[in-house]
Formats: sequence, C-alpha cells, structure tokens
Amino acid sequence: MEALDLARWQFGITTVYHYFFVPVTIGLSLLVALMQTQWMRTRDTRWLRLTKFFGKLFTINFALGLVTGIVQEFQFGMNWSDYSRFVGDIFGAPLAIEALLAFFLESTFLGLWIFGWGRIPEKLHAAAIWLVHIGTLLSSYFILAANSFMQNPVGYRVNPETGRAELTDFLAVLTNPVQLVTFPHVITAAYMTGGAFVLAFALWHLWRPGTPRTDAPMYRRAARLGAVVVLLAGAGSAISGDLQGKIMTEVQPMKMAAAEGLYEDVPEGEGAPFSIITVGTLDGREEVWALTVPKLLSYLATGSLDGAVEGIDHIQERYELTYAGAELTAAEDYRPVIPVTYWSFRLMIGLGLAAMGVALAVLWRLRGSATARDDREEDRPVLRHRLWGWAAGSVLFMPLLANSFGWIFTEMGRQPWLVMGLMTTRTGVSPGTTTGEVLTSMVVFTLLYGALAVVEVKLLLRYGRAGAEQVPEDASYDPADRDDDDAFVFTY
Amino acid sequence: MELTTIWFVLIAVLWVGYFCLEGFDYGVGMLLPVLGKDETRKRQMLSAIGPFWDGNEVWLLTAGGAIFAAFPHWYATLFSGFYLPLLLILVGLILRGVGLEYRGKVDSPAWRARMDAMVVAGSLLPAVLWGIAFSNIVSGVPIDAQMEYAGGFWNLLGPVALLGGLTTLALFLTHGALFVALKTDGALRHDARALALRLGVVAAVLAVAWLTLLHGRTGTPLSWWAAGLAAAALLGGLALAARGREGWAFSGTFVAIALATTSLFLALFPDVMPSSLDPDWSLTATNASSTAKTLGIMTVVALVFTPVMLLYTAWSYWTFRRRISGHHIPTEVHHAAVEPQRPGR
Ligand code: HDD
Ligand code: HEM
Ligand code: HEM
Repeated sequence: MEALDLARWQFGITTVYHYFFVPVTIGLSLLVALMQTQWMRTRDTRWLRLTKFFGKLFTINFALGLVTGIVQEFQFGMNWSDYSRFVGDIFGAPLAIEALLAFFLESTFLGLWIFGWGRIPEKLHAAAIWLVHIGTLLSSYFILAANSFMQNPVGYRVNPETGRAELTDFLAVLTNPVQLVTFPHVITAAYMTGGAFVLAFALWHLWRPGTPRTDAPMYRRAARLGAVVVLLAGAGSAISGDLQGKIMTEVQPMKMAAAEGLYEDVPEGEGAPFSIITVGTLDGREEVWALTVPKLLSYLATGSLDGAVEGIDHIQERYELTYAGAELTAAEDYRPVIPVTYWSFRLMIGLGLAAMGVALAVLWRLRGSATARDDREEDRPVLRHRLWGWAAGSVLFMPLLANSFGWIFTEMGRQPWLVMGLMTTRTGVSPGTTTGEVLTSMVVFTLLYGALAVVEVKLLLRYGRAGAEQVPEDASYDPADRDDDDAFVFTY
Repeated sequence: MELTTIWFVLIAVLWVGYFCLEGFDYGVGMLLPVLGKDETRKRQMLSAIGPFWDGNEVWLLTAGGAIFAAFPHWYATLFSGFYLPLLLILVGLILRGVGLEYRGKVDSPAWRARMDAMVVAGSLLPAVLWGIAFSNIVSGVPIDAQMEYAGGFWNLLGPVALLGGLTTLALFLTHGALFVALKTDGALRHDARALALRLGVVAAVLAVAWLTLLHGRTGTPLSWWAAGLAAAALLGGLALAARGREGWAFSGTFVAIALATTSLFLALFPDVMPSSLDPDWSLTATNASSTAKTLGIMTVVALVFTPVMLLYTAWSYWTFRRRISGHHIPTEVHHAAVEPQRPGR
C-alpha cells in the first residue's frame, strides 16, 4: 500500500471512530439538560437521579469524544498537507472558529457542571449543561460548514497565480445550501442517538429482574422520554434527509446514482424505482432479484415521482470531458465504490427506521402509565419478555451505526473527489510524508483506539448496569444550603 | 499593522496561553507520583486541575485551528514535517485525557496505577516535545523550495533542541508544583513549595542556557529583552516562593513562561518557519498566509469572541478558587466503581 491508501484508511478509521462519540455527546447533553430542568421544575428526585445517572454515562462518553477530536484537528496538516495548502484559506476559518466558539464553551462549562454541584447556584448549574449542549451545536455547525464546502464548494475563487482556492464570500460558505440541509439532518440524527441511548439503558433496567420495583417508575419516565425523542428526531431526520437527497442530486448527481447503482439514465416521465434489497453482482450492474418501490428514487432525487434521474455511465462520460484536462481534477474513474454507497445508504435508513420501530413498541407497551398516575405505577408489571432485553441491547446501536453508515455514504460517495469538482483525493495527500510514517501512525492510532474502545464499553456497561444512585428526598445543591467546609460533591 | 502581523501576534498569544495554562496541569500530572504520596494527596492534586485541564487544552486546539486559518502553509509544513513528534504528542494527549477522566471510575489500586502511569506519560510527552519542536522552529529546519520539510526525524533532535525540551519540562514541573502549593492545603502544600524551589533552580539554569544559545543565533534586541525579563520573572517568583508567597510565586512562573514564549516568537518574526537550506525558502508571515479577506473575517471573530471566552474562563477559575485539603476528598466511592468480590479469591 502507498502513503495515499494508508492516509485514506487512517482518516476513515479515526473519523468514524470520533463520530461514535459525537452523536452521543450531542444527543445526550440535550437529554441530560432536559432531565435536570425537569428536576428543577418539579423537585421530583427521580429526575435528579436520572440526571446524575445519565450525566455519569455522558462524561464517560465525552472523554473519548474529546481525545479523538484532538487527532482530527491536526490530521489535515499531517496527512493532507497539499489539501490544507489548497483550501486553507476557506477551510481553516470554520475550524478555528469552532475551537474558539464551541470547544472553549463545551469544556469550560462541562468542568463547571461536573465539579460545580454544590459550588454554584442550582440555576446556574442547570444553565451550564445547557451551555454544553449549545456548544455541541455550534461545534457541529462550523465543522459541517467545512465539510459542506468539500461536498459543494461555494464562496470561493481559484487564484490562477497561486493555484489555490481563495475565500470570496464567507456568508456563502456558512449558508451553503448543502450545509443548510446537512446541519438539521446531522443534529436530528444525533438526537436520535441520544434518545436511543437513554431508551436502551432505561429499557434494560425495566427488563432486568434485579431492578428494585420502586425504581420502575423512574426508568419508565426515562424510557418514555428516550422513545419520544427517537420518534420526533427520527421524523426530523427523514424529512431533512429527503431534502438532502434533492440538493445532493443537484450538486453531486454521481452520488445519488451510486446510492441506487443506477447505470442507465431514466428519462422524465418514467419514474426511477428505488430498490430496498438487490441480489446480483456486487457492483449492481446485473440484478438477479430485487425488492423495489416504484418511482421512489425519482421522488428522493427530484421531488417528483416522474423526475428524470441521470445514470452513472452518462455522468462518467460527462465528467471525463469536463475534468480530465487538469492535474488537480483528472481521474480515470469518477465513480465511487458502488457496493459501499449502495449498502451504506440502505443501512443508514434501515437502522434508523428500526430504532423508530423499537421506540414505538416501547411507547405502546408503556401506554397509560401517564405521569399523573405515577404513584401507583409501582404496582404495574415491568417488562419481562426476553425480546425487551434484546430490544434494549440493540436499540442503542441502531442510530449509532446508522450515523456511521450515513457518513461512510457521504464521504465515500464523494470519491474520487476531495473537494467536489476542484481537487481529487489523490492530489491532496502530503507529498513529504513517507509510507513508513503514515503506517506507523495508522497502526498506533488503530491499536490505541481499539484498546480505548474496550475500556469505554466496559465502563459504560458497568455504570449502566449499576443503575441510578439513591439521593436523599430533599436533595439540594444550593451553595447556600451547604457548609463551606463540606467534602466536595465531586472530586477526581 | 498588517493583518498578517496581527495574526502572527494572535497566534503567539494562543501559544502563550497554552503554555502558561496547560503548562501547570502537565506539571501536576507529572508530579503525581512524586508529590502524591498517598491516595488522598493524589486526589487533591487531580481535583485541583479537574475543572480546568480540558479548557486549557483548547488553547492548543485553537492555536492549531488559527494557524490553519491564518497561515495554511505553516500548518501544512509544520504538521506534515514534524510528523512523528506530533504523533507522540497526540498519543500523549489521548493517554492523559483518558487517564484523568477514567481514573476514579474503578475503585481498584491496579486500575488507578495504570491510569496514573498514563497521566504521567501523557503529560511528559507534550511537555518535552513542544520544547523540542519550538527550538527547531526558531533555529530553522531544512525546508525546500516547495515549502516541504526535507529533513528526517533525527534532524529534530539536535543538542539545542534537546536542551529546549528539558527546559520546557523543568519549567512546567516548577509551574505545576507551584500550582499544587497554591491550590492545596496541609502537608502537600508544603512539600510542593519545597519541591518547586528545587525544580525552579534547575529550570532557571536550563532556561538561561537554552535561551542564550537560541537567541545567540537568531535573536533580535527585543527577543533578548523578553528572554532576560523571563529569567528575571522566574527568579523573582522563586524568591517569593521561598518566602511562602505562593500566589505571587505562581504568577512569577506564569509570567516567565509567557515571556519566554514571547521571546521565541519575537526571534521568529517575520518568518514563521525559517529554512536552514536557503533563506529564500523560508515560510514567512506573508508568503505562508491566507488572503486578507480571510484574515479580516477571522480578526473580527477573534475580537468579538475572545473577550467573552476570557470572561467565562476567568469565572470558572474564580468559582474553583478554594484550596483543596485532605478532608474535602470524599471517602465513599460511587457504587458502580466498587470492584465486585470474586468468589474463591
Ligand atoms: C440516525 C441516523 C440517520 C438516519 C435515521 C438517517 N440518516 Fe441520512 N445521514 C446521517 C444519518 C442518518 C448522517 C450520518 O448524519 C449523514 C452523513 C452526512 C450527513 O449530512 O448526514 C447522513 C447523510 C445522508 C445523505 C447524504 C448527504 C450528502 O452526501 O450530501 C442523504 C441523501 C441522507 N442522509 C438521506 C436520508 C434519508 C432519506 C433518511 C430517512 C428516510 C435518512 N437519511 C435517515
Ligand atoms: C465534518 C467534518 C468532516 C470533514 C471535514 C471530513 C473530511 C474528510 C476528508 C478530508 C477525507 C479525505 C480522505 C479520504 O478520502 O480518504 C474524508 C474521507 C472520509 N471521511 Fe470524512 N470528513 C468529515 C466527517 C466525517 C465523518 C463524521 C465520518 C464518519 C463517521 C467521515 C468518514 C469518512 C470516511 C469513511 C472517509 C474515507 C473515504 C474514502 O477514502 O473512500 N467523515 N473526509
Ligand atoms: C474532521 C473533522 C473534525 C474535527 C477536526 C473535529 C475536532 C474536534 C476536537 C478537537 C474535539 C475536542 C474538543 C474539546 O477539547 O473539547 C472534538 C470534539 C467534538 N466534536 Fe469533533 N471534529 C470533527 C468532526 C466532527 C463532526 C462531523 C461533528 C458533528 C457533527 C463533531 C462534533 C464534535 C462534538 C460535539 C465534540 C465534543 C463532544 C465530545 O467530546 O464528544 N466533530 N472535535
């Protein structure tokens, strides 16, 4: 393997890994903030216990999101220096702004939240977790603006003297049409992940025989909250995903064709079908059997059931004519790896729908246990069937993997482009770094990340299993109620 | 002032912030086995940096992002050129972050020992390697006409660079010891102060030697002044530490680190990465920079949001201003942290 392939593998591995933690952070910070706000409003200690329980799991997850993010910040310079030189004028700005606006906010207020129990007034303390959540949203916005530029470059010109892209309109970069649909999609997908996280652990406690019966109402609340968030956010991600499909077809028609493995053009009026599953050759050129929904692809791509959809072969011809002439844009093949785009797109949608299915089933099963009747809820049966245990274990991973597949689709569907229409991936790699160096870093990161995954899963299971801690009935964390020389509520 | 100069200054400020702030938590991390003679003392030390270390690290991330935005060529050449040292720094930061966050999550001596080792190694690596890196940046490295680094890993480990690494190491250790003296109470506080004095003398000797060698080659009158004042601040800080004035002593090392870093950037300007092969191939604040448009936008963003960030950061330090003594460390542990008893052992 050459440095280029290794650099690509390394980027893929480290980024997908970073993104295991990111949607959990974004989603869970919202849910924990909601739980803490609920406690402040109602003074119901069940919400406090949930806040602390999921807060603990949140910090375990955050630690890895944090340390893997640091690698991301420097990777562009390490492995993709020619890319950094080419787009630095545009791409660097959102990254720097993200650090200044978002990372400081997240880290400082998370510190205040973790160590601030009993140190700062309760209202301020609840505000801290909300600010952490706002920090995650800001972070996402700016990094996605950077990513959207790679999908659909706007607000720039290429300086003929230096051969580099230069910023002409920053507002255009921040309001890239791709960005405007990507941001809601990514955020709703992250909320799904956070909701599923809460749902999974709560459901597991409702199912597990060892859970004290008196705790059942608490976990029911959590399960309901998680399920509602999964459903609402799921609807949001479907709507925004649909919008994304249309913009994508405009700016990256190859990606949409590759998502279906559609080789031949489908003219206006015929309506291209969408296959849910195909059995055939791996690249989808010949199909043996397929389960298809008529006209759905046309709808996804154009918003009309009869819209024309351009096929892979035609786009390939078109791109060869347009791009083959220049060093930065020349490629033998403008097609991404079709089986990857085809299956990742389906897995994203399918796993998301599956999570929504579980959420719906849970809500149905827990129906009627409205909060007003909670006092008697203790007597209601808890979920006993083995299937609920399975549901709890799997629902956690459904949106999480859907997110990974969504990104794999987005990024691999963009290939061979690094910046769509401007620069191929091949030309972005660092010319000076040796294969040995990239190999070393890839091996080091992969091993380290692997080991960390084991530790993280172990801790999450351990704390997740242990369940919510008891708190005193009249728990208060107002500094006014505490003796200044008390033991700290939280220390390392 | 030119926008490129403004950004050179802002980036210098970010590195100053990073070294002055994260410097002390690297020091605390490295001193864990030395000053943390028992579990309570270790936890006092860790809790003293607990709410801050992540925020301190963001200064580095912002410096990285700002170099990317303002001087893309600098970002590209530096991080692809210093590939392996940067890899080690990243590994260090990962180990350290995980060690700090996960240490208290399992209540077993073996677990804690492992996490402590990660914190120590993870603090040591960046503390030494940034000194080596900056020494090389200031004295110049082989950079070719295409702005690519043309040396290897071993080029970076010359004697002056190694001295630089030892200097930052000793400075951060002193800074960390003073932070412990300032933020904790009891025997730990006194031990930390005594240790800071001894470390401080070593740091002063190393710093004077390194800065003299470095500025002797590339210094300007202004950078000499900054370096001299840095030495004075360090010595002043130590004198105050000896008198038991921990707050002032900590300010002394803070200012010393700030001025020493400033002196490096003063010696560098107007280059950002001088080439040792041919001065014409050096990366400068002008030939490595982004366009005026980007720099202008970034300037506005920095002017608006930096004060806000400084305000809440300061508030956080104020909130956690109290000394942490042994009896503040709770004795009970989270019920999930307790190792289950295995039957038959
Ligand atoms: C829980 C996760 C999840 C779920 C349920 C969905 N998506 Fe998604 N999708 C993502 C998570 C995601 C993602 C990981 O967040 C991506 C990757 C990049 C991006 O913008 O969002 C993504 C990308 C992405 C793209 C590519 C955008 C581009 O490359 O420019 C399209 C067209 C869709 N999605 C469409 C859909 C549709 C039509 C869905 C449902 C009906 C759907 N997604 C459900
Ligand atoms: C929003 C910020 C992101 C940016 C700026 C970004 C940037 C890049 C860059 C520069 C590459 C080129 C390297 C290559 O082609 O191999 C790439 C590829 C890739 N990225 Fe992203 N990425 C982002 C988000 C993500 C996320 C969140 C994921 C996954 C969860 C992801 C998954 C991938 C994968 C799998 C590749 C490899 C594609 C291939 O080489 O075939 N990316 N991305
Ligand atoms: C390849 C591009 C990316 C880079 C350079 C990057 C950089 C970073 C860095 C440096 C951190 C640590 C911040 C800290 O010290 O607190 C971080 C964490 C985070 N990143 Fe990324 N990131 C990338 C991709 C993404 C994407 C695509 C998203 C969301 C859509 C995202 C959202 C977050 C969030 C919410 C956090 C904080 C939460 C956590 O630690 O889990 N990042 N990222």
